[in-house]
Amino acid sequence: MTMREGNSIRIALAGQPNVGKSTVFNLLTGLDQHVGNWPGKTVEQKAGTCQYEDWTFDVIDLPGTYSLSANSPEELIAREYIIKEKPDVVVAIVNATTLERSLYLVAELLPLPVPVVVGLNMVDVAEQHGLKIETHVLEAALGVPVVPMIATKGQGIRELLARIQEIACDGAKYTPNAPDIRADHKDILERIEVLISDHVPTGYPPTWVALKILEGDEQITEMMRVHLPQEAWDEIYGIIKQHEDACVAVASGRYAWIARMIRAAIVKPKAGPIILTDRLDRWATHPLWGLLILAGILGLTFWLTYAIGSPLQELMDIYLVGTLSDLATQALATAPNWITGLVIDGIIGGVGGVLTFFPILLIFFAVLGILEDVGYMARAAYVMDRFMHLMGLHGKSFLPLFLGFGCNVPSVMGARVIESERGRLLTILVAPLVPCAARMGVVAFLAPAFFDAPTIISWGLLTINLTVLVASGLLIHKVILRGEHVAFIMELPLYHLPNWRTIAISVWQRLLSFLHKAGTIILAVSIIIWALSTLPSGDIENSLMATLGRLLEPIGRLMGLDWRMMVALLTSFIAKENAVATLSVLFGTGGNGASLATILRTTLTPAAALAFLVMQMLFIPCVATVGAIRQETMSWRWTIFSVVFLLLVSLTGGVLTYQIASLLGR
Amino acid sequence: MGKQPSQAQQTILSMNDARPLTELRSKETGIIDSLRGGAGFRRRLAALGFTPGTRIKMLQNRGHGPILVTVRDTRIALGRGEAYKIWVKSE
Repeated sequence: MTMREGNSIRIALAGQPNVGKSTVFNLLTGLDQHVGNWPGKTVEQKAGTCQYEDWTFDVIDLPGTYSLSANSPEELIAREYIIKEKPDVVVAIVNATTLERSLYLVAELLPLPVPVVVGLNMVDVAEQHGLKIETHVLEAALGVPVVPMIATKGQGIRELLARIQEIACDGAKYTPNAPDIRADHKDILERIEVLISDHVPTGYPPTWVALKILEGDEQITEMMRVHLPQEAWDEIYGIIKQHEDACVAVASGRYAWIARMIRAAIVKPKAGPIILTDRLDRWATHPLWGLLILAGILGLTFWLTYAIGSPLQELMDIYLVGTLSDLATQALATAPNWITGLVIDGIIGGVGGVLTFFPILLIFFAVLGILEDVGYMARAAYVMDRFMHLMGLHGKSFLPLFLGFGCNVPSVMGARVIESERGRLLTILVAPLVPCAARMGVVAFLAPAFFDAPTIISWGLLTINLTVLVASGLLIHKVILRGEHVAFIMELPLYHLPNWRTIAISVWQRLLSFLHKAGTIILAVSIIIWALSTLPSGDIENSLMATLGRLLEPIGRLMGLDWRMMVALLTSFIAKENAVATLSVLFGTGGNGASLATILRTTLTPAAALAFLVMQMLFIPCVATVGAIRQETMSWRWTIFSVVFLLLVSLTGGVLTYQIASLLGR
Repeated sequence: MGKQPSQAQQTILSMNDARPLTELRSKETGIIDSLRGGAGFRRRLAALGFTPGTRIKMLQNRGHGPILVTVRDTRIALGRGEAYKIWVKSE
């Protein structure tokens, strides 16, 4: 056992998805947590600290994984952290309602050289389902501490910390019964162990490595191929070729061990009660009703978001942006004109305008957070699966794409839930075609300015976007990113009451990434765009931006748009709602919405107006989204591809709309 | 594939031969017989509890599209292609 350095204990939190691991993590660390990425990976890393008696616990949240094989980057990260960083204790959170399956990860953790403490979560739900679990019997069988918990109510957390501290301070108290899972392949497993024993890199337990080789684990096999002398490797290679069924046999062995562990500890009801989840799922996963319920829930989400969010946004625009502008005007009364312009039009206008979307996003993410937390989103993914297949995606892409109706940034980041790299990339590439709140905001302002039936136009635009999304997905899937079919395997967790703390933290983290972007990229680009539209002479009509707009006028003419409309599109690259602000400046209305509407109506033909709306809905995403695409794909090539692709798509859309509408309008 | 059945068992088993999970109707149960497909895919399914000998219940199978099953107290949605690689026997 290592000596404690001072009074701090390093713990790693492990657990399968849907066991309440993040609830436990939030309970332990509260808001005292740091969210980032695992080095070099687009896998979220959460770390935090917590105090208990005289001890400080440094908690790291390992990715939620079903096992510790080389099945995904998450699984590799989890096991490499344990083997290489050697935390003092690994806390394995298991779900009492799916005890067998969630102990599978424990069976994988026990052979690793770090002590394990088991947090048996959701014992209340298990009891409701008629399951009786004798914790001390399970503890005796496993030989490791087992702490019953109800994380949503904060129960069991102190005992968990006490048991962790006990094990961390006195290694002698830790006497695990290591899983014996070799029955099926006892002889060959022993042979492999003999062959590798002198060549295993430090830190890796030889028995574990042997088991992983037998399981066909690509990463460990490759590691040993490099370290082994040729003849030993040849023999092992022969063994694994002969026993290709071993990957299933090893898993069976682990489940057989689990069955022995829990036999005496769990009493199951003879006939499982018909539980709420079954009753709800009869409707929620039904091919017809499920879709109608989903449509209803989504409609309600939008209604709530805009009914409450839009008035709040206007208030923020008046009070926050307005007040800030007034204050800045007063404070900068004696400053040179260009400083006043920079602060008010550039910074407050740009960043402030983006910030007014805060209430809309807050409500949208809160509703989505609730739907996710109660377990509904997996059902939505299930009923949407057949539609997502059109684009070579599957149900899991639905949630990230849906997030995009709020803001494309969390949408692109949310694509992390998809296991395959190809599916993730494809989702990221089509995600910007989901119209975000800001783009819908522009439509909500401009459609009534241009047309007498704005509602129909808005729905039409939304339909065009979603159609183009599916068509683009299909095109990329069939032509550019051809690849093999991706397995759709998804757990549908039990429905449960929402845990407000977990929801609040998830909403906060999504908003935080938005605020962070507003404070960095959007701030910087706002200043650049302001400079471009001010330099060299101080008025926008003779600025560099106008020059650029005039250069683009030949393209604009194909859509019936003059240079001012092209500039409006260009400035929407910082943030979508800039389109309206730019138009008011360029048409010299001084922010007077009503008169802008009148001017626009007389300046643009209906065909051109429609083309503009289509173009701005399909246009390249805002700079924050482009930043997110770069970060998530870790590739400039794909980022540039995405921008160029959407540029072409929106141009085609705009030109087609104008030409067709002109023909029809004649 | 599993062990060859004896001659005497053969007649009983002819009704009971392994078939793809996709052939299980809604509410029907079966016993997992074997997994097919690549090692990575089989390992992933096995870790989730789809190991030979395990009882599996079909919750929803509409004849097309994804299916919904219960395995080891867990509800799991599977694409049809995935379900086709899980072979089951009758209980």
